[in-house]
Amino acid sequence: MADTTAHLEAHATGHDAASHHEPTGWRRWVYSTNHKDIGIMYLVFAIVAGILGGLLSGVMRMELQEPGIQIFHGLASMVYGVEGGEAIDAGKHMYNVFTTAHALIMVFFVVMPATMGGFANYFAPLMIGAPDTAFPRINNIAFWLLPPAFILLLMSLFFEGTGPGALGFGGGWTVYPPLSTSGHPGPAMDFAILSLHVAGVSSILGAINLITTIFNMRAPGMTLHKMPLFAWSVLVTAFLLLLALPVLAGAITMLLTDRNFGTTFFNPAGGGDPVLFQHLFWFFGHPEVYIMILPGFGIISHIVSTFSRKPVFGYMAMAYAMVAIGFVGFVVWAHHMYTTGLSLDVQRYFVAATMVIAVPTGVKIFSWIATMWGGSITFKSPMLWAIGFIFLFTVGGVTGVVLANAGADRALHDTYYVVAHFHYVLSLGAVFSIFAAWYYWYPKMFGYMYNEFLAKLHFWVMFVGVNLIFFPQHFLGLAGMPRRYIDYPDAFGMWNRVSSVGYYITFVAMIIFFYATWEAARKKRPAGDNPWGDGATTLEWTLSSPPPFHQFTTLPKIDSTNAH
Amino acid sequence: MTGQFLRKMGAISAAAMALAPVLATAQESAGHPVPGQFHLQPSVTPIMDSIVAFHDGILMWTITLIVVFVLALLVWIVIRYNAKRNPVPAAFTHNTLVEVVWTVLPIVILIIIAIPSFGVLSDQLTTPDGERKYLGSNIFSFGEVDVPAPELTIKATGQQWYWDYEYVDQGLTLTSIMLNEDDRNATKPNQPRLLAVDNELVVPVDTTVRLQVTADPLGVIHAFAVPSFGIKIDAVPGRLNETWFNSRETGMFYGQCSELCGKDHAFMPIAVRVVTKEEFAAYMAAFEGGDYTAATATLAAVQ
Repeated sequence: MADTTAHLEAHATGHDAASHHEPTGWRRWVYSTNHKDIGIMYLVFAIVAGILGGLLSGVMRMELQEPGIQIFHGLASMVYGVEGGEAIDAGKHMYNVFTTAHALIMVFFVVMPATMGGFANYFAPLMIGAPDTAFPRINNIAFWLLPPAFILLLMSLFFEGTGPGALGFGGGWTVYPPLSTSGHPGPAMDFAILSLHVAGVSSILGAINLITTIFNMRAPGMTLHKMPLFAWSVLVTAFLLLLALPVLAGAITMLLTDRNFGTTFFNPAGGGDPVLFQHLFWFFGHPEVYIMILPGFGIISHIVSTFSRKPVFGYMAMAYAMVAIGFVGFVVWAHHMYTTGLSLDVQRYFVAATMVIAVPTGVKIFSWIATMWGGSITFKSPMLWAIGFIFLFTVGGVTGVVLANAGADRALHDTYYVVAHFHYVLSLGAVFSIFAAWYYWYPKMFGYMYNEFLAKLHFWVMFVGVNLIFFPQHFLGLAGMPRRYIDYPDAFGMWNRVSSVGYYITFVAMIIFFYATWEAARKKRPAGDNPWGDGATTLEWTLSSPPPFHQFTTLPKIDSTNAH
Repeated sequence: MTGQFLRKMGAISAAAMALAPVLATAQESAGHPVPGQFHLQPSVTPIMDSIVAFHDGILMWTITLIVVFVLALLVWIVIRYNAKRNPVPAAFTHNTLVEVVWTVLPIVILIIIAIPSFGVLSDQLTTPDGERKYLGSNIFSFGEVDVPAPELTIKATGQQWYWDYEYVDQGLTLTSIMLNEDDRNATKPNQPRLLAVDNELVVPVDTTVRLQVTADPLGVIHAFAVPSFGIKIDAVPGRLNETWFNSRETGMFYGQCSELCGKDHAFMPIAVRVVTKEEFAAYMAAFEGGDYTAATATLAAVQ
């Protein structure tokens, strides 16, 4: 909460900025060192990558709609020009390439760029009253490393994978050796490794920038304990990125040398161990799932508070719950590996540690509910997305508690139950928080108001669609359907059909989203500085919409009695 | 005190399980999924008994109640605290009692889950010695089910993309490959598509089988899983993993490779045929004197 004077100052800075050199045309974007412009570029990038990632899953759902192989042999025959049995084999490989590419794109090129690239870049500095990020040029290079990383990943799709006629890497986003070493001798995997390296460098640079910004550039009077929760979530996430991504980089570098330079880190023939890779990967991979969801936690707190016209309940518990989740997130990695042959004691430890995470997560869920409790709530579209998030994240969270138990995971590991679980927390959790943020901050970022009806329609259609996709997958998993299967025993047909119908509904929701975005851009309804009323108390709402090119030339002062 | 508490929890969990939709139709569908199935596959081993009891008796009810509770709170908030009904928002931001409750209560729930969880897990990873008692369906007990020490050792080796089996002590091997549709229709038309194989792994009923699992040293990781037995364990090149099962029913029990292993990952099923001890003795004798074909000839034909 800032003084109202900050509002006036902000407008004054607009004039100062105008006299300052303000780039236009392509230079404004390509050379950009402006956190808001870079944030917008990240969001556009995430949307473009999201279209591709979403279409890949569409082809997979079409394939899985009926038992048997319907789509991929034809697709393989079209793309590779092979026929008959060869087309079937190429199609099976291509399905694995699709699952792999879908996951890598969604994780590294959609969710992370949208949350930590887009919204964190744009709004963390605004919320802490900073004129920009600490290292604007690092910000520029961090963004511009992403398109080459993405291009490397796309190139990987068109290079030889397992052998002649089988293009692309089809070993899953977890890139387990030996399937990613001797199992894919072609250069496709090397391209994927390089892509991850470049994307990783981008994320590490972004994390360094955000940590430094948040530690050093908060407005006078804004102590860490008065900082908005979104800034807290970005800070915790940036630390997770900083600590986790180098481990991934190390692991995939070892893969690279195993593949190309004769090392045997993961090759038992040379004294290595494939399971070592899994430990390294999940030491990165588990924090990674919190990297994807934590910014969402921050976003949801603000939206719930804004539309309840009530301050966040239990601010300190909310902030430190995120710190706790981030910390514990680093010591639970082997719960992804219960079936690899870990000893009883090791499995016991990981069961106990993993269940601990349910406690701070519960604190967050209940604190959001308590924030709404007693509020005066208006159900604008961002609030619908936020409430949808809370419910869906709860569903995904409780199935996580089931899977945490190694004894139960024995039956569910690598089945569709896991697919349902992580899509509930990511595809429904993280993605719902991204759409919540999109509609919440759209008027601030672009200065225009979207059509409320279309935004709500988008929510309802998508809510029905994604639940229809993923809820039946719990049933498939319980019944024993393994994941990453192009074809399945006929008994699994019914729920797969329902799931595929859910995809088509979600597809319609995405059409509504793009139409709503186009409509808002065309109609140009001015949004005003703060369309959400007195519930919206963070600093970005004191600025014009969109904010001036450089904001806070005179820093806002945070009143000592006000917090977050 | 503790004993009493455990007995009570055991009774509650048994009652909860009885309400669960599973069970009833068990025997007919054991060994493979059935159309529209929305629950775990029926159990035929003490290990899967405890997994089913744990999931259906505790976990599923706990998570369902939590989700319903959160949903009810959200619905109440929508009804009671909308701007029309409640034009002036409250200003509270803290309530120590409530915060303590929603921190401590989940911890209590997690501990109640953890007690059977550790028991179920310990059973899975402890090969029977004939003395140790196993939980079976009563997961809040200290063990009630006797399981004999292993009498047979089988080694399963994951290949791209089929399974090799070895009766280790007898030194007998067989290779098990999925039947394509033409062969299945010709030879085993009543077996499910994608699950039927040419050569099933044959084991005796009511016998503890020690199962060693690995993969071709030059191959990739696979995973050996049979849902009805409650086993799933990775086949890792260069490692020898071990688990065990003891089926109390005869019949055909199917599983599928459960670790991504390349293009035919979906096409390397696991088929275990459990036969009576007498049938198994005859089968083994024929196998030792001749080959797998001669051995299976002693058994009723798989339709």
